[in-house]
Amino acid sequence: MSKLIKNFSHLFLPISVMTLLIIINLIKGADYFRITMVNGAFYGNIPNIFFGASELVILSIGMTLVTAASRGQDISIGESATITSAIFVLFVLQANEVTVLTIVAAFLLSCVAGLALGAFNGTLVSVFKVQPMVASLILFTGGRSIAFMIDGKLSPILANDISNKIGTVIPGVPIQTPIILTVVFIVFVAVLFRTTNLRLYVETVGINPNAARLNGINPKKIIFLTFLIMGVCTAVAGFIAVNKAGRHDSVNLLKLIMMDAILAVAIGGNSLSGGKFSITGSIIGAYTIEMLNRTLLRLEIDPAMIKVFKAIFIIILMVVASPVVRLFLRKSLDRVRAWRSTASQSVGNSKTPNTNITDMKEE
Amino acid sequence: MLSETILEMKDISKSFPGVKALDNVGFKLRKGEIHALMGENGAGKSTLIKVITGVYEKDSGFITLQGEPIHFKTPKEAQNKGIGTVYQEIMLCPNLTVAENMFIGRSHTPIVNWKQMNEKAAQLLKSLGIPASPIQELASCSLAVQQMIAIARAVDMDCKILILDEPTSSLDEDEVHKLFDLMRELKTRGVGIIFITHFLKQVYEISDRITVLRNGKFVGEYETSSFPQIELISKMLGNELEDITKIKKYEPIVSDTTIPVYEGIGLSSAAGVKPFDFSIQKGEVNGFAGLLGSGRSESVRAIFAADKVTGGGVRMKGKRVKIKTPLQAIRQGIGYLPEDRKDDGIIYDLSVRDNIILTLQVLKGFFKPFSLKQAEAFAKEYIEKLNIKTPTSNTPIKSLSGGNQQKVILARWLLTNPEYLILDEPTRGIDVGTKVEIQKLVIKLANNGMSLTFISSEIDEMLRTCSRLIVMKDREIVAELRGTELTEHDVMNVIAQGGKTI
Repeated sequence: MSKLIKNFSHLFLPISVMTLLIIINLIKGADYFRITMVNGAFYGNIPNIFFGASELVILSIGMTLVTAASRGQDISIGESATITSAIFVLFVLQANEVTVLTIVAAFLLSCVAGLALGAFNGTLVSVFKVQPMVASLILFTGGRSIAFMIDGKLSPILANDISNKIGTVIPGVPIQTPIILTVVFIVFVAVLFRTTNLRLYVETVGINPNAARLNGINPKKIIFLTFLIMGVCTAVAGFIAVNKAGRHDSVNLLKLIMMDAILAVAIGGNSLSGGKFSITGSIIGAYTIEMLNRTLLRLEIDPAMIKVFKAIFIIILMVVASPVVRLFLRKSLDRVRAWRSTASQSVGNSKTPNTNITDMKEE
Repeated sequence: MLSETILEMKDISKSFPGVKALDNVGFKLRKGEIHALMGENGAGKSTLIKVITGVYEKDSGFITLQGEPIHFKTPKEAQNKGIGTVYQEIMLCPNLTVAENMFIGRSHTPIVNWKQMNEKAAQLLKSLGIPASPIQELASCSLAVQQMIAIARAVDMDCKILILDEPTSSLDEDEVHKLFDLMRELKTRGVGIIFITHFLKQVYEISDRITVLRNGKFVGEYETSSFPQIELISKMLGNELEDITKIKKYEPIVSDTTIPVYEGIGLSSAAGVKPFDFSIQKGEVNGFAGLLGSGRSESVRAIFAADKVTGGGVRMKGKRVKIKTPLQAIRQGIGYLPEDRKDDGIIYDLSVRDNIILTLQVLKGFFKPFSLKQAEAFAKEYIEKLNIKTPTSNTPIKSLSGGNQQKVILARWLLTNPEYLILDEPTRGIDVGTKVEIQKLVIKLANNGMSLTFISSEIDEMLRTCSRLIVMKDREIVAELRGTELTEHDVMNVIAQGGKTI
């Protein structure tokens, strides 16, 4: 049991936040978990969270890797996704007839664009040693204008049946398509971690690039690789977002999503200064943020005030998770343990059959 | 000699989950004495210090300071009672001035009186004989002076007890003596000094009394003057003493026709080592001797391509090969245990297991990860073989002691089964027991046919293990010494005279 707790201690924060949010929601109304069937697909609070968080989850995965290896964050992910989806839309719209093949080809093309954008940021960071936030500031500043030009200074509409299905549901499938795509992506990432040494390499580079180099790992290549992966993540997220929206609004698509993605990484128990990381934590963190957004909506807070409440919530969260509070909690826990062990020792002396707590811990 | 006891600790115990770090340990410190606290890593020295300074709370026992019972809960409380601590790593701000470093965080008013502060600092520096100016930037002082300033900062506040935790590990001989002068000065002022070091020579030079700990238990308290060094080692090690004398070096049979395992011609690197030739035979152990900065580390780093290689060619077993990056060196069967364990060696947040398999994993390739079972088997094998003391293979390496961390790095290289292994200062900053183990291991590996380079600041360690010593001065090889009858004195002479006697 204690071993289990140890292995999942890094998930303590996101899971406890989630639990807290669920409790708040249940107090608001006991029907929180209710799922309804509309036109053969599931809807309700929980499916909506999964649906709404799709892009954020995918971007958080990339952000986790970039953070772990380069010890910094990519703030251009929303812009990168806007550019890749603009290319996707451009390709789809020029086709005479939109088939599945067109969509797949357009998606692959947008992935290539994502790779190129990732390579741009990655080169700045790994070769020229520009700090990640500064390097991605360039794309952050210019990205939406580039997308706007690709769009031909319009916001084109994706009015085809396949896009509609990708953005909502495929008839006969009870789960909304973005949720399925997210799950597929997560599985893909899981397979990537299973079949490669990505975790070991990224963590080694993030913790100690000098030692990594002396053991035959090229830190530049690994940092570059994480930015490439980030590029693919933005392409996938842009693909989902534009199909959800049905039109390409290069000004507002995934606007400021890097804030939530960075937050998801932090809530997931990851250090923003690199090193060991937990993708699971970031994914749970991303869903938690979406849950928080929707909870605030459900509490019928004035939309103008929502951001204030979100900020307050995050402040409380960060203080609770801060090393200062953790140390305090650990010390108090030690004190309780010491008190209990002395108590049980005196009990042991009086020869009552009582097990010593500290002895059990040591086993 | 004043014999008033200022600090007395009785029956101190402290447990952590799974280990009893201190078991009924007693300790007495007199006024105006230098008291060495000795023991291997894991003996409980650091825990004892942390109990005194309030970092840890003791489980049981009594501490009295000048007869009055104390119970510190935070390091601040201990500081206020006159217990100053200076750690191995200098914890000052290099970009501030000397005076700022001495008084930072000490001011009680929001406005700093710079003039007064600098004057006060100048006075203190002068009275302690520290050669630094208050307005100098700290970074421009030598390491020793920085260390002394850290001490000055600690003693400034009516200090009764000064704890020095390995203050000499990054200092050279000269600097150590300057530090000792300062310690003697403080001693005459009645400060009780607790001195922790791994250098036995320094203990005999400066300390009045010695307390030895072993495995969290109190072994004894001795007068330094009547306590021979060999006995000190045996008290620290328990029964491992005979081992150190049993070490016998291995002499490879070399003829002119044998092809060296490694041969470098005209090697030079961006770190500024002058072009040099170097070769090593199968089963040979050689050493690089020379003062700090003489270029010994730079030379071996050039062999491993740890710094950018700027020239020269390499032959492995007679075949020309290209070694321009560490990865190429590793692929050719060269291993390198770096001098700076912390910056270049350990991946501190990763588990012992990941740290052990790292290089073999890199050799195997990005797309071929070891299964957890296989990795665990490798880790288990080497934890056992090298007697690495760790709770589990999943423990982060950062929570291990220095000696055990070093063994993990050794395990990492041994796992790759190199033909030529370079060990740059593998015994620095680790306990005597592990030092002996590492020297024995070097001999054993050589007997099994591995070629090794063994570098150590302690020349007697190299004399015990190496059959050939390369002496360096000013980034150049100045001499090559062979033979079993070499003495430390001979080597010192050559180093001092730059090889001119040969």
